[in-house]
Amino acid sequence: MLLIECPWCGPRAETEFSHGGEAGITRPANPDALSDAEWADYLFYRSNPRGAHRELWNHARGCRRWFVVERDTVTNRIAGSFRLDEALPVPASAAGKQAEQGD
Amino acid sequence: MAAGQANRLPEGGRIDRSRPLRFSFNGKSYAGYAGDTLASALLANGVSLVGRSFKLRRPRGIVGGGAEEPNAVMQLGEGAAARPNLLATQVELEPGLAARGTRGWPSTRFDIGAALDGFGRILGAGFYYKTFKYPRAWWKLYEHVIRRAAGFGKAPDSPDPDRYEHRNAHCDVLVAGGGPAGLMAALMAARAGARVILADDDVEFGGSLLVGGDAIDGIPAMDWVARVVAELRQMPDCRLLSRGTVFGYHDHNFLTIAQRCVRESDIAAQDQARRPVAERLWRVRAKRVVLAQGAFERPLVFCNNDRPGVMLATAVSGYIRRHAVLPGRRAVVFTNNDSAYRTAIDLAGAGAEVAAIVDSRPGGAGAIEQRVKELGIPVLPGHVVSDVSGRRRVRGAGIARWTGEPWSTVEITLRIDCDLVAVSGGFSPAVHLHSQAGGKLEWSESQLCFLPAEARQSHDSAGAGNGRQSTGDCLADGLRAGTAATVELGLSRPEIEIPATEEVPAAPIEALWRVPAVKDADRCPKQFIDFQNDATVADIRLAVREGYRNVEHVKRYTALGFGTDQGKLGNINGMAILADALGKPIPEVGTTTFRPAYTPVRFGTVAGESVGELYDPVRKTALHEWHEAAGAPMEAVGQWHRPWYFPRGGEDLHAAVARECLAVRNSVGIMDASTLGKIDVRGPDAVNFLERVYTHNVGRMKPGRCAYGILLGEDGMVMDDGVMARLAEDRFYLTTTTGGAAHVLDWLEKWLQTEWPELEVYLTSLTEQFSTLAVAGPNSRKLLEKLGCDIPLDRESFPFMHVRTATLAGIPVSLFRVGFSGELAFEINIGSQFALDLWRKLMDAGREFDITPYGTETMHVLRAEKGFVIVGHDTDGSVTPVDLGMNWLLSREKDFLGKRSLARPDCLREDRKQLVGLLSRDGCTVIPEGAQLIERTGQATPVPMCGHVTSSYPSASLGHPIALALVTGGRGRKGETLFAASPGREPTAVEIVSPAFYDPGGERQHV
Ligand SMILES: [Zn+2]
Repeated sequence: MLLIECPWCGPRAETEFSHGGEAGITRPANPDALSDAEWADYLFYRSNPRGAHRELWNHARGCRRWFVVERDTVTNRIAGSFRLDEALPVPASAAGKQAEQGD
Repeated sequence: MAAGQANRLPEGGRIDRSRPLRFSFNGKSYAGYAGDTLASALLANGVSLVGRSFKLRRPRGIVGGGAEEPNAVMQLGEGAAARPNLLATQVELEPGLAARGTRGWPSTRFDIGAALDGFGRILGAGFYYKTFKYPRAWWKLYEHVIRRAAGFGKAPDSPDPDRYEHRNAHCDVLVAGGGPAGLMAALMAARAGARVILADDDVEFGGSLLVGGDAIDGIPAMDWVARVVAELRQMPDCRLLSRGTVFGYHDHNFLTIAQRCVRESDIAAQDQARRPVAERLWRVRAKRVVLAQGAFERPLVFCNNDRPGVMLATAVSGYIRRHAVLPGRRAVVFTNNDSAYRTAIDLAGAGAEVAAIVDSRPGGAGAIEQRVKELGIPVLPGHVVSDVSGRRRVRGAGIARWTGEPWSTVEITLRIDCDLVAVSGGFSPAVHLHSQAGGKLEWSESQLCFLPAEARQSHDSAGAGNGRQSTGDCLADGLRAGTAATVELGLSRPEIEIPATEEVPAAPIEALWRVPAVKDADRCPKQFIDFQNDATVADIRLAVREGYRNVEHVKRYTALGFGTDQGKLGNINGMAILADALGKPIPEVGTTTFRPAYTPVRFGTVAGESVGELYDPVRKTALHEWHEAAGAPMEAVGQWHRPWYFPRGGEDLHAAVARECLAVRNSVGIMDASTLGKIDVRGPDAVNFLERVYTHNVGRMKPGRCAYGILLGEDGMVMDDGVMARLAEDRFYLTTTTGGAAHVLDWLEKWLQTEWPELEVYLTSLTEQFSTLAVAGPNSRKLLEKLGCDIPLDRESFPFMHVRTATLAGIPVSLFRVGFSGELAFEINIGSQFALDLWRKLMDAGREFDITPYGTETMHVLRAEKGFVIVGHDTDGSVTPVDLGMNWLLSREKDFLGKRSLARPDCLREDRKQLVGLLSRDGCTVIPEGAQLIERTGQATPVPMCGHVTSSYPSASLGHPIALALVTGGRGRKGETLFAASPGREPTAVEIVSPAFYDPGGERQHV
């Protein structure tokens, strides 16, 4: 059972939360302007990565706030929890790549 | 000394000789002592046969001393208190304990299946797949036969009388296993000030020291254990759980421990609440975990190695030293490592004759060999036990020279009479929890075992479970792990010295997986790898010949490791022999996946207190007691209990519902609709927000106006529906379905928080705070007027689909002129604390109209007569509003959630299933809900289906049955005939009609 850090309440057991899928999926401003394929991409397609994954969690049996968790889908290790109104850091995987390029 | 215990030693052991007790096995009475296990007591009484094998029905005896035992699987007690699938090696002996062997039906001694042994050749690997394949109709019979023959015991026949509980705990360091390593780790962490939980599955702490172990720090090993345990016990933040098996290592250092709390004999109270807790599930979140669960000794794989009397060497030592039981009089010790030499010494010390130590290693053992020779025990280095004789009990061992060639044939050069063969094939660390936690394993070529490697979570392994062998090494490794934990936790670490032990230099183990026999591996007598499933060397070779290469596939084909012991005894031998047969190194074959539970856990323990009344919360409305007093049967709708119907004088459901329906159509009915979800929405952006989520034009609604609204998922499918009302410019009141209330609130919150945080809107659930009384029928207005309402209720002042605040019988309420029945109706929203009072006043005032309370069933019929759908009943998540004929609800002027999806090609198909009404052609048959619709009868199977029935009821108002259905292209097919098919019935001819059966123009609700 995961131990999830609610940005408002602190660390709590997974049973207090509900999962909301991949984070950062923004609803298109003008759906009518999209092709069927573009709309399907927003509606159905998710990155489903092996490794770092940013996902929405809701503290459903607590403060009822939604927030973002970065979780490794292989190890379940959680890199951090972020409020929706705070700037998210560069993901661990991307940060690694940047460092490599920097070198 | 209790009579009959022929194998009991006159002194020694950790049993309590002052507490003799009697128990029974397979109906026969025996004597034992407190401190015995069922296994040790059976051995003390010379019971060597405890069951028969799974497939071949071979006689089997006790092999091990703990969780690894494959054969002595027992059933305790009878009836409700029956407990199947317990290991005799782990059952504490108690007065009056009644055990039965579960393996071997109908009896352990005489077994019809034993004849199968002779047909072993046809029962090879994959025999389930090959034999029990055809004909298909016999599968059920086969399964029954297999289950019975397999003999896994009988489940209790009535509810478990035992009480269980769950406890949550947090700690800095959880130590799993209370042997030398675990004790040192716990001592270190506890002295450093950490909060410690130390759990061990045994009755006593000590682990391997209980069965062996010389002096530690100059005192007997168990005295040292007692000293450490006493110190830990008096520490305030240290919790010691004996009889506690850590069986699951889950994510984020969350571990589960099953702790046996009271013994069978202590359970007296019949009163459930006063019974002591039988077993407790600890749910522990630990910052750091030290795994010190020890190692399992491996058997050796030779011909007939399953004969009763072939036992693990450490188990033999354990029975002698811990239980004062001598399992045999004349023993052969067979080993490929030094450890079993100690067993030879234990046997000799207990008065048994050790005929020989057969050691495969040409150079024999290390320093311990000298001690053995001093006792006069002959050692045969470079030899193996190739075969044993005897059927119900070992009678002799056939010895051969070991050439180092496992697949060669050998000659028996010596036969030794014996009644016990103590074997040791080396040790496999108990890496189960490490592996469950995602840790990696690494093959050690020098120690011939998988060792825990890189950990994924915050844990560490120590002691024999980490490949350490001597007591001294285990103590040191435990101290190391305890120290690492304190460093990890940032605690200052106290100085603790490694306790002093005598070290005896050992010679290395030698690889000896399959022992050669007089014939080749496919023709020699059976060489067992997995005793529970009768998987043999020949089975693995057959699997390889038939093309299996992957260990997971071979496991499934041979059933290796699929017993209740999960292959604790046989898996490594099996993998090594598979690797050999494939010509691959062992690490390339790899190990299989370890999953919780480490040992079987009782269902009661998993359920804990969540049984009976506490299984699931029950939600009751404010009027619940009134409904119960009125004799209404209840229907569970999610967690809510709602009155189903209100029978009068012996009425059945059908009669009561017919009466209730007619009452609403002709006079007035009253229903408790309080379970509807209610959400208060307010804020300057409330309109803007609701425009985005509802499909209709919310902004056009004036305050005081109600509307029927639907919510779509972004995929365009109908998710929920309900009446929504605009109470003020910036304030709305939404209702949802009973089942959808929580989901809708969460979903609205999600959009607000994640997508539109700029909108200032506040959502509040009012479901519990307000009750809803639905008054429906042509006399409903008269009833409210009679009761005294402070606002005019006539059609012009208070038209259909409007809301007003009012006082009714002096009580403040909100009145909604809405309904689900198609009649003139009012829904009264009232603070829940006033609901019962108002309900009673309505019932009193309504007497002159014969006011009729009605339940969910009548509500369903009334709405079906009108063609109103129930989301989740007539829809299933693949139905769009267009499919339901609700195009009029879809605004063309704005975007809303799900709108774009309605233009996807799949949603535009002409042949989508659409809502229609159905009438039986014969005018009287009630079609079963769920019936499939077909075009015509007499078609060849598979018959194409063109829809299904979603709702179906007799209708008293209409005088004939009605049904709603989803039919392919149904709206354009009115007047056509279909057939409703369901199993066991003749298909019913039905006509497609409009779903609005009753008052299709809707005049009745507008009056
Ligand atoms: Zn929270």
